Amino acid sequence: MTFRAKHLLGIEHLHPTEITTLLDLADRYADHNRRGVAHRDVLAGMTQINMFFENSTRTQASFEIAGKRLGADVMNMGMQASSIKKGETLIDTALTLNAMHPDLLVVRHPHSGAVDLLAQKVNCAVLNAGDGKHEHPTQALLDALTIRRAKGRLHRLSIAICGDVAHSRVARSNIMLLGKMENRIRLIAPPTLMPSGMNEFGCEVFEDMEEGLKDVDVVMMLRLQKERMDGGFIPSEREYFHRYGLDAAKLAHAKPDAIVMHPGPMNRGVEIDGTIADDINRSVIQEQVEMGVAVRMAAMDLLAQNLRAARALPQGIMA
Amino acid sequence: MTETLFINARLIDPVALTDTMGALLVRDGKIVEIYETAPDAKGAQIIDCGGKCLAPGIIDIGVKVSEPGERHKESFRSAGRAAAAGGVTTIVTRPDTLPAIDTPETLEFVERRAQADAPVHVLPMAALTKGRMGREMTEIGFLQDAGAVAFSDADRVVTDTKVFSRALTYARSLDALVIGHTQDPGLSKGAAVTSGKFASLRGLPGVTPMAERMALDRDIALLEMTGARYHASQITTARALPALERAKRNGLNITAGVGIHHLTLNEMDVADYRTFFKVKPPLRSEDDRIAVVQAVADGLIDIICSMHTPQDEESKRLPYEEAASGAVGLETLLPAALRLYHADMIDLPRLFRALSLNPARLLRLDAGRLREGAPADLILFDPDAPFQLDRTQLLSKSKNTPFDGARMQGKVLGTWVDGDRIWEKS
Repeated sequence: MTFRAKHLLGIEHLHPTEITTLLDLADRYADHNRRGVAHRDVLAGMTQINMFFENSTRTQASFEIAGKRLGADVMNMGMQASSIKKGETLIDTALTLNAMHPDLLVVRHPHSGAVDLLAQKVNCAVLNAGDGKHEHPTQALLDALTIRRAKGRLHRLSIAICGDVAHSRVARSNIMLLGKMENRIRLIAPPTLMPSGMNEFGCEVFEDMEEGLKDVDVVMMLRLQKERMDGGFIPSEREYFHRYGLDAAKLAHAKPDAIVMHPGPMNRGVEIDGTIADDINRSVIQEQVEMGVAVRMAAMDLLAQNLRAARALPQGIMA
Repeated sequence: MTETLFINARLIDPVALTDTMGALLVRDGKIVEIYETAPDAKGAQIIDCGGKCLAPGIIDIGVKVSEPGERHKESFRSAGRAAAAGGVTTIVTRPDTLPAIDTPETLEFVERRAQADAPVHVLPMAALTKGRMGREMTEIGFLQDAGAVAFSDADRVVTDTKVFSRALTYARSLDALVIGHTQDPGLSKGAAVTSGKFASLRGLPGVTPMAERMALDRDIALLEMTGARYHASQITTARALPALERAKRNGLNITAGVGIHHLTLNEMDVADYRTFFKVKPPLRSEDDRIAVVQAVADGLIDIICSMHTPQDEESKRLPYEEAASGAVGLETLLPAALRLYHADMIDLPRLFRALSLNPARLLRLDAGRLREGAPADLILFDPDAPFQLDRTQLLSKSKNTPFDGARMQGKVLGTWVDGDRIWEKS
């Protein structure tokens, strides 16, 4: 057993062997999912609550399907509408839910660190489905699995992450995961969308996209978060597409067999040209969605094992 | 006539910058004589200091007492007791209460409450603009007559330079002290931490340290224009220091302070979103911290304050961005400051120059020094005594200290105000 974590709050505190353990299991789940092999006993009798304080269709659906494939009882709570409006604090919401004894809590929240805060107050396993601009660990794990399956390895690759790095939790989790697995990471963004201090993370920073894409194995595009563009970080969408949108001409600077990734949902014609996104020889965007379910199954499986092990301990010894 | 003779004391003199053994005689609330060797007592009450440090009491500029408005966070009674236990003999209160202290009538309320409940001296500040809204100046003259010792909008910047320049000009005509918060409002809007690697790692909105220098530069230009007496409440970054040094060299009437948390903690202490470390301005890099400590030792930064800001648990137990700013500091100011002494970054006389003497000079008080004729506002402390801070033991009503569980050195053994002992270590 080389996955000891109680929660999956981020990539930052995971050890490379834990990442590999999780990806190996997810790899098997991905194959089983394709063959239609069911595993309804893994989370049988467990309750999974999806708490989304921020809009999400894809991630929430992915977690729901993953839980159901493993036999959990899954409940979705849309939190934008309910208790926050009534003035309840996050901690009170957590304590209320905790009293209902769920086993797995999947949380997305608009504020960085909010999921960590919530995890301190509950007895169940917490999975971070994205907190503010901080982390989105299952996205990084599914990206890693996609890369590993496409490239046959997850080390010594040159990987470009392009776009709105400043507002992206996907970028942060990926930088940490790919860095831990010893890859070269190149960040490409207009300077207004590049957070400060990124070179201190061991990343190479580029403002010119063609230069940044030179000879990379993987091109990872980020969504331009329109809802976060309130300060006018870029002059216009069309200028952004011209300088930082992925099209055939820019992609030609990458290696001929470079793969193209995007966490979705895509803004076609803003950060990525539609023909690139649909090119089955380059784009692995659909595989990313597929791996998402497998990675979330693996994560919940491992956390549930740890939860059962912790609960099986006699009272008082570990308390 | 009551006389008290402190013998066998290690006298910390921030005027002469000396640290010597001696004795000190207090009569009717004043220091009357200082001796190298103790004289015959002649009926005076004798206090044997046992070789521990005797220093002028701390004068803490910028304490938030949450009266009026939020008495559940801190009252004059709780703040006064916390001050006494922390070796603070004068607190200078902030006007950022609910409502703001912006009229002689509200100022009178503060003075009355302080008089009734606080064992230490309380000197109130008043707002510079009505409601701290930055639009119209307050009745600076009336407020000064009513006892306001300085004028400040606390942590709000008067963004309209015309309003601010007029307020400075008017304040100059009354020789009133204006205290400014130096953070460019545009750049610092919405910021929770200082920008850089840590902010990027945690995904928190950051503000560049340059925002402080920009605001200081603006205020310095306005001082050149108006000639007002000005104090920058918190200078926390290395980049602001040359501007401050130049302004002083050019003869402007400017002084600067720094909060104890910026001298003893850095941005990394926030770690996993610990909201008790959220202060305003946010904690800085270690390089900035070192530069600012050096500036205090050199005398470029004049004053160390606690920036005591009580917050209840509810306002802190929130996601970092939403949590309230501020930390209590009255009781931890001295032991935290002594960390700098134990790290050999500053000696005790220079430390008390920043804690006691310079605040007294800024406010034109006789206190803050061990001199004949000065009020006997004194503290006796053991700079070496170790302890582990337990926040539940704080006398402040609010327990939001970043030092909970920290190992510290330095205990206040006794506190005297006007010669009366108001606190004694039990």
